[in-house]
Amino acid sequence: MANVNIEVHHVTRVEGHGNIVVNAKNGVLEECRLEIVETPRFFEAMLRGRPYTQSSHITSRICGICAVGHATASLRATENALGIEPSEQTVLLRKLNFHGEIIDSHVLHVYMLVAPDMFGVGSVIPLVKTAPDVVLRALRIKKLSGDLCATIGGRHTHPIAMAVGGFTHYPTVAELKALRQRLVDARADMDETVKLAKTLPWPQFNRETEYVALRKEDEYAFIDGTITTTDGGKYPVKDYRKVTNERMVPHSTAKYTAHKRESYMVGALARFNVNYDKLHPRAQAAAEELGLKPICTNPYLNTAAQVVEMVHSVEDSIRIIDELLVRGIHPEPLPPFPGRGGEGVGSCEVPRGILFHNYQIGENGLVKNANCIIPTGQNLANIEADMRKLVPEILDRPQDEIRLMLEMLVRAYDPCISCSVHFLEVKFV
Amino acid sequence: MKPKVAFFDFTSCEGCQLTVVDSLQTHTELLDAVEIVQFREAMTEKGEDYAVAFVEGSISRPSDEPRLKRIREQAAVLVALGACAHLGGINAIRNAMPLDDVRRYVYGDKADWYETYPARPISAVVPVDAVIPGCPIDRNEFLEVVKALLLGKKPPLPDYPLCVECKLKEHTCLFHKGGYCLGPVTRAGCGAICPTYGDGCEGCRGLIPDPNRNAMSEVLLEHGLTVDAMLARWTMFGTYQQMETGKK
Ligand code: SF4
Ligand code: SF4
Ligand code: SF4
Repeated sequence: MANVNIEVHHVTRVEGHGNIVVNAKNGVLEECRLEIVETPRFFEAMLRGRPYTQSSHITSRICGICAVGHATASLRATENALGIEPSEQTVLLRKLNFHGEIIDSHVLHVYMLVAPDMFGVGSVIPLVKTAPDVVLRALRIKKLSGDLCATIGGRHTHPIAMAVGGFTHYPTVAELKALRQRLVDARADMDETVKLAKTLPWPQFNRETEYVALRKEDEYAFIDGTITTTDGGKYPVKDYRKVTNERMVPHSTAKYTAHKRESYMVGALARFNVNYDKLHPRAQAAAEELGLKPICTNPYLNTAAQVVEMVHSVEDSIRIIDELLVRGIHPEPLPPFPGRGGEGVGSCEVPRGILFHNYQIGENGLVKNANCIIPTGQNLANIEADMRKLVPEILDRPQDEIRLMLEMLVRAYDPCISCSVHFLEVKFV
Repeated sequence: MKPKVAFFDFTSCEGCQLTVVDSLQTHTELLDAVEIVQFREAMTEKGEDYAVAFVEGSISRPSDEPRLKRIREQAAVLVALGACAHLGGINAIRNAMPLDDVRRYVYGDKADWYETYPARPISAVVPVDAVIPGCPIDRNEFLEVVKALLLGKKPPLPDYPLCVECKLKEHTCLFHKGGYCLGPVTRAGCGAICPTYGDGCEGCRGLIPDPNRNAMSEVLLEHGLTVDAMLARWTMFGTYQQMETGKK
């Protein structure tokens, strides 16, 4: 039987740097790893001694794609530590900005990073000639989501106006109305995206695992909620360590996590599996169209779940704007420093899955300790477990096909490796 | 023949490359003017015959240096893309802390598995021909710089302070609202976007040449603000420069 030796260095079209190493002799899998070789970041250490008001601006620089997510988790951790309650208007504006980032990140992943594989090309650029309508649609959606983020936060990535306890700038009624119209128009693009997703040749592969996501009773949770797992786990976010159990492995600069099994999955598919009943009816219809039902155990379909979430986020953005328009936008002063310190955890469902920030703030308003647990780090053990099951199933195929299947698997998780790295450099022990 | 262009990243959040992707979306004519031969974030193909290299990210470990030097040898024009590459940026915050503490804080007793050193701008390792400042870069400025480079010109950067742009937009000064702002000493060019959105400038574009430090202290004094709080702001992106000059 086949000898397979695959090393993919710097998997392209993922954020950050990862290597895949697979070794099989005579049909027996000997080695199977996803190596993370990202450079060290040290964000937790860098927050120590900084004013609490800077944390969200510093941690948004963990990842340019999930900047709004990191900023939001950071603000929630800070607010929980200091006993600050954001107003209803603040909560609505944050959700709206968050949807912008979800749509932005998902459209980038679905159209620019995954679709080229399925069309058999190396990037989206050749598609400009062969499938211009597809590319133009992607650009239209991306422009809309970027503009949505910029209208609320001040720019596409690294929001300016989001602050502890509120906002330093507000969108105008005219801006909100214009966005609303574009979101309504985007429904047609969403329908086309679902149609496109339906035609893509999704690889068939299933493996049962535990899915972990935030859950809320009144909505499809993106910000705050209860940590909920498909194995029956339920924890308040402050107990996040009971789920994550971080550990280090020598071949990776990111930390690994495990709850009840050897690994668990977070991200769009996990959210879909945990919160299907909370999706907007149009998003549920999209799922049905795609043949996606909870609990779906094919990790390649994480991308399909992202399509479903895009539909949901467009609909929920329209709903939020309507609510804001009815309420009217009222400037609110930022809460002053309460003169006390404390500890708090903030949690959000960023595009790639559940994210935790945990801060201790001193009585002087400076950060004493910080910990950030990032989605891709939580998925790494699960990706490796998938590879260990997948490779023996496809070992009789040509090496190039195995390689592509593995790269596509890693890309399906949409790994944002640069954020999952607390550290760097591979060494073998 | 179209100039061949490549993008590289070191320690970064990739937000500047994403801003490049944004610019390319709205200015597809750029794709007709240049040929992108390497852009890991967006394409699988890898060409090594580039003439212009855009480098994002700080240099943060010894093994980054040979890679950057190889890029320098190949590229006729090397451009620093964003504050991480230009200044050291956010990654350099940790330079002010003992390196071993930083490593152990994040990685405990496994700290020795990993290689690192103080984060620095790419200009600390190789000569740099042009800079696109900001965290993230400004997409219009990116287009301006590319256009200038295509014409064989040195891209212009404003050398006046941010306050000039801010006052043109007629914003109420942050100092009059009890806030902090690095506008008086920061290089303009972003359209004073942070004050526009209600927050003080954090200095992500770096200092203007010959910043007037006395004027800065006077402003602080006048508004009853502290140098410490101002320094905390300045060191978000300027720790490397602050440690190099040993004062500010
Ligand atoms: S300069 Fe800012 S936006 Fe650009 S890569 Fe660095 S952290 Fe990201
Ligand atoms: S807000 Fe900042 S940039 Fe604007 S005028 Fe005041 S100090 Fe200058
Ligand atoms: S206002 Fe200051 S911190 Fe904000 S983008 Fe401009 S230079 Fe950077």
